[in-house]
Amino acid sequence: MDKDTSHVEAVLRADRAQLLEAWMTAQLEAVTTRPDLLSGGELRVESDRFLAAFAAAVAEDDAGGDIDGPAWLDVRELLDDLSRTRATRGFTPTETAMFVYSLKQPLFARLQEALADRPAELGPTLWVTTVLLDRLGLFTTEAYLRTREDVIRRQQDELIELSTPVVKLWEGVVALPLIGTLDSARTQVVMESLLERIVETDSTIAIIDITGVPTVDTLVAQHLLRTVAAARLMGADCIISGIRPQIAQTIVHLGLDLSEVTTKASLSDAVIVALARTGFEIRRRAAAPS
Amino acid sequence: MHDGGTRIPILKLGHLLLVTIQVDMHDRMALTLQEDLTDRIVETGARGVLIDISGLEIVDSFIGRMLADLAAMARVLDATTVVVGMRPAVAITLVELGLELPGVRTALTVERGMELLPGPSEIEAAGTQEDRDPGD
Repeated sequence: MDKDTSHVEAVLRADRAQLLEAWMTAQLEAVTTRPDLLSGGELRVESDRFLAAFAAAVAEDDAGGDIDGPAWLDVRELLDDLSRTRATRGFTPTETAMFVYSLKQPLFARLQEALADRPAELGPTLWVTTVLLDRLGLFTTEAYLRTREDVIRRQQDELIELSTPVVKLWEGVVALPLIGTLDSARTQVVMESLLERIVETDSTIAIIDITGVPTVDTLVAQHLLRTVAAARLMGADCIISGIRPQIAQTIVHLGLDLSEVTTKASLSDAVIVALARTGFEIRRRAAAPS
Repeated sequence: MHDGGTRIPILKLGHLLLVTIQVDMHDRMALTLQEDLTDRIVETGARGVLIDISGLEIVDSFIGRMLADLAAMARVLDATTVVVGMRPAVAITLVELGLELPGVRTALTVERGMELLPGPSEIEAAGTQEDRDPGD
């Protein structure tokens, strides 16, 4: 422990109860407080636990404020936990980081009082403290972002799984209703599951329905054509259905060439074509017997 | 018909030739196959060629082009080529390589491939023509 943090340690040890009160007041008065998401009682428990861990870490630390060191393990875990819960509750990154930053003002006030007669030491002490708290604040932001990224990643995985069902429509006919934008990663998944289903169901026709694809640009069209080409290599013909009027216009304006592929406006038209090619037809039953 | 283990056997099935590729091909084998197949088409007067690549797990651009070349050569000799049994991974790789084999007909199984080829005009190929193309 070096000399600069010794005053911080002394203040934390001697004045913790008052510091907690002042900090609570500061936090509750701040514009970033969220009483709707976090009750005052919970905030008090969290603040108290943080002060305890912070005091212990400052006392133990001999690496000069390196918050990645072993002395700060408890503080890191606590902040990690705190950021995680706040991220899932809907706090913004700023509101989360302000938990740490709001400690500065009350802590500095206490330090100023304690070092009133030794102004020469006040400067370095404040500097060390502010650097420490800044690092901890940034740490909460990083933890917050990690949580958010986890959520995004999980949602992406779910989306990919949800959006590529290949359904068997009829003997030898599979359909792939596409929903959402097609990017390269999704095309890969879509292509794989389509081709695998073609093999499993021994299909000769695959209908790709793009009713749920919001826009078709050159890239999406290219992905579609690649899927069609891969299916053709396996011996299955593709029909693209569900082309909305705007999309038909976009395709022509962009100069995309879909002439190699059978295209239909609606899925039902595509089904009829597919059945005709496999040798079936749909007919209304004769009127009820007299 | 096939001398040595490094050659791909070419089987005659009535008016068709069946080439079954069951190992991963290296380049020399591919070139030998091109020679053998053109020879056999001329020799037998075959009108259709089935290339079964269900055993092929790895393709590169050379093999992809070789398949396209085989089909083109057969077409010059008035025989239709059908590539059958391509695996999903192989199909994806070929498309990624930009080898979409235009002009080559494809089918999922040998049976389906046979349905695509011209029926036997004078040669016997019993059992294949009865249940062909129920839709026509």
